[in-house]
Amino acid sequence: MSNHQINPNKWIDLYSDYLFNYTISRVSDREIAQDLVQDTFLAGLKSMKNFKGEASERTWLISILKRKIIDYYRKINSNKGKAEVRINYNDSESEGDWLEERVADPFDKNAEDTLQNSELGDAIHNCLEKLPKKQADVFKMKTILGYETEVICNELNITASNLWVIIHRARTGMADCLKQNWF
Amino acid sequence: MSKMKVMIPCDEANLVCDKTQYKEATLWEKIKLNIHLIYCKVCRKYSKNNKTLSKTIKKSNIECLDKTCKDTMKKDFEKVLKEVSN
Repeated sequence: MSNHQINPNKWIDLYSDYLFNYTISRVSDREIAQDLVQDTFLAGLKSMKNFKGEASERTWLISILKRKIIDYYRKINSNKGKAEVRINYNDSESEGDWLEERVADPFDKNAEDTLQNSELGDAIHNCLEKLPKKQADVFKMKTILGYETEVICNELNITASNLWVIIHRARTGMADCLKQNWF
Repeated sequence: MSKMKVMIPCDEANLVCDKTQYKEATLWEKIKLNIHLIYCKVCRKYSKNNKTLSKTIKKSNIECLDKTCKDTMKKDFEKVLKEVSN
């Protein structure tokens, strides 16, 4: 039938962090981002039969998420009446090429920085997905969420020296992967 | 006397280097690491890469969902999943 299979049971484990990071760089509010990601998963579930397998699951979910983000901006826009909507179309995954979006905005000098940062975030998540799950989990908890060593050890039921071995492997893997894809 | 060893093997040096990235290394450990780095080229390279990785991640402002968030998400998701599959 097709090269790409769909399997919703693993969606949250596999893609929630990626989708969340994608959303938060566009709506900059944790709670709203979380709701949008959740909506995306549920919408994906309901329209699973429309999945043709032409793209990977993640790309497909991102395309749903993009529409959710646009809907969100439409909604707050109609609430406020005159609020300005700025959404990013210029990334590798979208086909649309909106000329207006490419014009430099003199009042937003950081636009390029944020764009670069969100791309960097995508690259990091891509690398994290390539690590073994345990390494990725520990690395995320330690580095991104900033948990204490003890907390992680208790939660995952591992010893501290065990944790550092995992961290070491994860860091080596991440450095190699980012070297190839980013630096 | 063995506890006061100044020279440490590479694996220990790397461990201290990892700890330093999370500000969890003690001063004595850091001194030992730096002495090791004077004569060990391989670990110097690892240290440099490790620092770059930390900086890059800090710069990216990357975000993640924590476990409780994911768990509540999973619960809601599984409810709908059951409805859909029935």
